[in-house]
Amino acid sequence: MMAAQSAPAIVVDKLGKRFGTFSALDAVSFDVRRGEIMGFLGPNGAGKSTLIRVLCGLLRPSSGRAVVSGIDITQDPEAVRKRIGYMSQKFSLYSDLSVVENLRFFGGIYGVCPGAINERIRFAVDMAGLQGRETSLVSTLAGGWKQRLALGCAILHKPDVLFLDEPTSGVDPSSRRRFWTLIHELSAGGVSVLVSTHYMDEAEYCMRIAMMAAGRLVALGTPRELRQQSIGGELLELECANIGAAMDLVAKIPGVHDVAVFGDALHLLVDDGAETARAACALLAEHGLPGASARQIAPSMEDMFVHLVRTARAQGAAAGT
Amino acid sequence: MKIRRIVAIGRKETLQVLRDPRSLTIALLLPLMQMFMLGYGVNLDVKHIPLCVLDQEGNQRSQDLLKRFAASRYFDLYKVAASIAEVRHEIDGGACRIAIVVPAGFSRKLVDQGAATVQLLVDGTDSNTATIAAAYAGSVVAAYSGEVQLQAIQRRGGQIQTLTPVAVQARVWFNEDLESSYFIIPGVVALVMAIVGAQLTSLTIAREWERGTMELMVSTPVTPMELMLGKLSPYFVLGLVDAGICLALAVGWFEVPFHGTLPTLFFTTSLFLSVVLCIGYYVSVSIRSQVGASQVALILTMLPTTLLSGFSFPIDQMPALVQDITYLVSARYYVTILKAIFLKGATVSELAVPIFSLTAYAIVLVVLAARAFRKTLD
Amino acid sequence: MNAAPDSAVDVRAVSKRFGALAAVDQMSFSVRQGEIFGLVGPDGAGKTTSMRMLASVMRPDTGGILIDGVDVLADPELAKQHVSYMPQRFGLYEDLTVDENIRFYADLFEVPDKVWRERALRLLAASGMTPFGKRLAGQLSGGMKQKLGLTCALVHAPRVLLLDEPTTGVDPVSRREFWQILYALRAEGVSMVISTAYLDEAERCDRLALLHQGRIMYCDTPRKLKQGMPGAIILVTSAQPRPLLEVVQGIDGVEGVLLVGDGIHIHVDDAECRLPQLAQAIAASGQTAGGIRQIEPTVEDLFVALLERRQQTP
Repeated sequence: MMAAQSAPAIVVDKLGKRFGTFSALDAVSFDVRRGEIMGFLGPNGAGKSTLIRVLCGLLRPSSGRAVVSGIDITQDPEAVRKRIGYMSQKFSLYSDLSVVENLRFFGGIYGVCPGAINERIRFAVDMAGLQGRETSLVSTLAGGWKQRLALGCAILHKPDVLFLDEPTSGVDPSSRRRFWTLIHELSAGGVSVLVSTHYMDEAEYCMRIAMMAAGRLVALGTPRELRQQSIGGELLELECANIGAAMDLVAKIPGVHDVAVFGDALHLLVDDGAETARAACALLAEHGLPGASARQIAPSMEDMFVHLVRTARAQGAAAGT
Repeated sequence: MKIRRIVAIGRKETLQVLRDPRSLTIALLLPLMQMFMLGYGVNLDVKHIPLCVLDQEGNQRSQDLLKRFAASRYFDLYKVAASIAEVRHEIDGGACRIAIVVPAGFSRKLVDQGAATVQLLVDGTDSNTATIAAAYAGSVVAAYSGEVQLQAIQRRGGQIQTLTPVAVQARVWFNEDLESSYFIIPGVVALVMAIVGAQLTSLTIAREWERGTMELMVSTPVTPMELMLGKLSPYFVLGLVDAGICLALAVGWFEVPFHGTLPTLFFTTSLFLSVVLCIGYYVSVSIRSQVGASQVALILTMLPTTLLSGFSFPIDQMPALVQDITYLVSARYYVTILKAIFLKGATVSELAVPIFSLTAYAIVLVVLAARAFRKTLD
Repeated sequence: MNAAPDSAVDVRAVSKRFGALAAVDQMSFSVRQGEIFGLVGPDGAGKTTSMRMLASVMRPDTGGILIDGVDVLADPELAKQHVSYMPQRFGLYEDLTVDENIRFYADLFEVPDKVWRERALRLLAASGMTPFGKRLAGQLSGGMKQKLGLTCALVHAPRVLLLDEPTTGVDPVSRREFWQILYALRAEGVSMVISTAYLDEAERCDRLALLHQGRIMYCDTPRKLKQGMPGAIILVTSAQPRPLLEVVQGIDGVEGVLLVGDGIHIHVDDAECRLPQLAQAIAASGQTAGGIRQIEPTVEDLFVALLERRQQTP
């Protein structure tokens, strides 16, 4: 792919941002290729929004350097803003304006030249699949349509980089898939996409995922790489009767680090899956809970994420004292 | 009805009021500001009107008439003009608001024909003052002409003396004895209480709908009556504080004589406060937005109180239909009560009728307001 | 209406319209004692309307609801004594402290003083909120607000808990902690109805209903739900998955293809017979693939499959 060889769309080098004594971003470094879709996961306050605001030129970094589309963000934030598109969770559309009126308005504020605006509006309408709905008021559109219109508004000025903030939460799955197909098409056309989300499903659509906690980047890799990373042990799913009682029992088995209820089963984080599985079933049978079964399961992306965040918090707490 | 729930809601509401210094400041400053603005602004007294006289006759009779004007406390003789042009200059320049021109031949006409005219020039830019000034001037002239007439009749040996004292007496009543601020200030107190009281509660329910806290509240077993009583209680206390401020200003600053007793005042004020708080609450329940509720509450209290309570426009001079409508204005009763307590020192038993009306009003509103609240989102 | 024995919530053919829109259409389900029942679906599927009707703050147009044996339509105020409702929007007072909020709800439900104080201490401790009793609710983080909401909802020890999208906008770590609290409540016999737009959360419920446009598309345990998935999902990993799309599209038995971050998901009618066919086709195309294997379908896969099947057979 041609995109892979060209210069990165975003270079972030030891970027830091402090608010008083609070470090919102702490020496964050990564780069994003042209046409790459990169997801940012992290709990509230992890620094995702701060990072996006710095990259959009809305906040000045306290230290480090960031180059977006070849422009240093501290030198010419205005030029950066012309090359980026932004779509927020709440799709800031005017519900009392029609589809085309919204597009024309956003074309105006993004500075699309008047000669090109009609062609860009047609492109956005076609891309979003809004043909035939051009004169509909936004308030009459269903969630999935609004979301695609918001995307259309964000790409009118042909940005090199697109920022998406929880773009599909609450949208029905068919619309969501359609949306992500669009994002992949944009990416094939060379647009780099940065997505910030809480939604693990959404992260799966990204080519690479950056996990953030307490202002730092704690993991970076493809979804497959992340799933293969250690979560500090192996994951066991234990099915048994009376999980409340079972929980207290298995927690005391040596080599069990964490026990959590999941639906009608227990999830155990253990050193050795096979050995603990046997030990747990035996122990439960001994205490009058026979018929338990345990199997090793692959950790989900969320397991991975929770593990990383907890580790980062523990380190933060240890460093703080 | 559970006291515990009412207390819980009252405590919650109190904490919220105390933690919002901005609205608390408004609740206490608003009555203060309104008392001053309305107390001075709606002063219907017109005194010391600068007067210009032009005496084209210049004899004893015309001087008699003009002396009466100069002697009146409503007019200050500002200028004795020598020509009609000078009169025009004084009025145009705004130095004088009214001018009396006694034409040449005034006395002759009066004696020969028994009727003569004087010219009254009034600056009409402030129509209110102009009307009152003209009325005062008219009454001065009427009093004078009445005497002249009387003298004429007496000279012809007539015996109709009883006619004039009645007329003269009435004019004296109207013109000389009354300080209108004594009437106005109690009315202003009622107006301020009505506006502030309804404003206090107009936000209380609308705010909870807007903030999303009402959805949780209606899912609990709380009853509409408990909710209302709990919600109103802190505003009742705040309203009494406001009433205290207004009444203290009325007596201390505007020097309205107070002949009544404090318990009577407190009791009747509490009644009126209940009414206006319920009006605000009712509006807040019906209109689930803070801005809308606040505006509607303002209109619902300010307009009727200003126009129909008898505080600025005397009710007995209104058309019959409008007079009937004033019985629906709660402030009408409170204005009556306040005037009576302040000026006459009326007691509860003397005020039985307006107090009964106000009580009935309060009970109807409490029931209406409580019933207006629906525990659903439909 | 006769309640099924052991059922904490019984919903019978409930419908609710707003003008021309059928927000909830002939919905029926029941929740057993001590069960976590999920209402799962996208925005506009009717989750919030359903929850409001269960909480007796909205009346259904038709149908009936029993909560803990109480007919909600006949006696909504009695039903309210048995349930606790956590609306989607944070319903507590941001200008009141944590303790003041708890006390307010304890008073509204007339919980004896000693009882609620003891209960609040325990609930706050369980959710790690003990140090924040004097903090204003408005100054809590999103996850902590939800925990406070839950504490207030639990202070009168309701039999049934109604949670409307409690985890929306809450990060995965806080979301996990929240679910652990729910499981602890389940162990105490509290029945719960929880709505969520996060389809992956469905797997945490004991039973769930998949909602779409006001109707229940599917209602069972998560496990049976996945077994009921028509066909199977095959994952082909690849660093450059785009070209693979064209390769697999049009192959017999392929019902859908979805591009994900580092590969493609192929929805096929039968895994065993299609897997070798697909592997062969990819090898023949000369495209590189990291691996090809069957994966467990997600709830979203199922949702989309059910939707497609519904659209085919109206």
